Amino acid sequence: MNQQVKFEVWVGLLVLITLISTAFIALKVSNFSETQDRSTYQVDALFSNIGGLTVRAPVKISGVVVGRVTGISIDPVTYRARVQMDIFKEYDDLPTDTSAMILTSGLLGSQYIGLEVGADDELLVEGSRIYFTQSALVLENLIGRLLVSLTEGGSK
Amino acid sequence: MNGLAKLGRASLWRLQSLGQLALFVFSVFPALGYAFVHFRLVIKQVYGVGVLSLPIILTAGLFVGMVLALQGHYILSTFNSEEIVGSMTALSLIRELGPVVAALLFAGRAGSALTAEVGLMKSTEQLSALEMMAIDPIKYVVAPRILACVIALPMLALIFIAIGVFGGYLVAVGWLGVDEGAFWAQMQLHVDWHDDVLNGLLKAIVFAFVIAIISLFQGYEAMPTSEGVSNATTRTVVQSSLWVLGLDFVLTSIMFT
Repeated sequence: MNQQVKFEVWVGLLVLITLISTAFIALKVSNFSETQDRSTYQVDALFSNIGGLTVRAPVKISGVVVGRVTGISIDPVTYRARVQMDIFKEYDDLPTDTSAMILTSGLLGSQYIGLEVGADDELLVEGSRIYFTQSALVLENLIGRLLVSLTEGGSK
Repeated sequence: MNGLAKLGRASLWRLQSLGQLALFVFSVFPALGYAFVHFRLVIKQVYGVGVLSLPIILTAGLFVGMVLALQGHYILSTFNSEEIVGSMTALSLIRELGPVVAALLFAGRAGSALTAEVGLMKSTEQLSALEMMAIDPIKYVVAPRILACVIALPMLALIFIAIGVFGGYLVAVGWLGVDEGAFWAQMQLHVDWHDDVLNGLLKAIVFAFVIAIISLFQGYEAMPTSEGVSNATTRTVVQSSLWVLGLDFVLTSIMFT
């Protein structure tokens, strides 16, 4: 076999192995498949406390992922946390009185937004705001309240 | 007085070699176009630096992935969160270990060979012979090798990552009994295609360029003696490794913060 042909065959093999590796990384290891061609619309919501919510956290309805958190900032008027989220276009029939809660997956897991679908006739569109919100559960506040109720119970 | 002269001479020498490096880099950039036109030369070099590095990349990747999974499982099991071992292995491989370890192995396996080859070409006056025939050695010898490195190392890094994740899978799922579904699901949840994989690939491209420039510059400017070539080869491996590790910190602080 010609020397140049031998080089070309081996380099072709190297490229083939690289393509297989890339396909493996894209499809099996990373979220490549879910980032592709999913059009979204953006809504936002104001929370008085978002706890440990981060950008890219999932937005779920009944545990099913329907979107992602895309931005967290302070609303300049009310000084509450403003959370922007992208909802996938296929879930574009959510009523305007849908409520958003910040929930935790598992006891110490990461936080996500859970949507409770409402019953209004009007639907959420690009740029809408979700008005019914429930803040994150902060463990310290919870323990504080528990201690107060315990001491009150003891002094009776 | 004598010490001062020594200091001055050493600084001037440093400055001069820095200037030579700059001249080298500037003469290489236009020559890269020539390498694209005469791709046959590049194919041959990709075989030399890429295909021949494949065994060491595959072996090292497999064992690095297996060790990551083993150590990760040991620590994570104290928090009862063994499922995260998959995403931990994949993220460390994609963000850091894939590009960096592949680059270090590449510098040792391919960079040193390039320096020795070009240095020997110089000491046996093959480069001068090319110039006598009005062939620019930068175009004919240096540019194809640099392009080949920039093509080969990102491919090797991707292969390293894939085989590393597979090694982690073997240890975590096959040996330590982590749930297979949770292993892959956690991985897909935490590894982002754009932020993690493409940034890791960008790192590999930068490292490839740095290693290629260092090894060929050292070979090209080596003292044309057997001792000079051996010193140049050593300098290639040491400087490439230090540059890769230093640049990795800089790139990480830009990309992942």
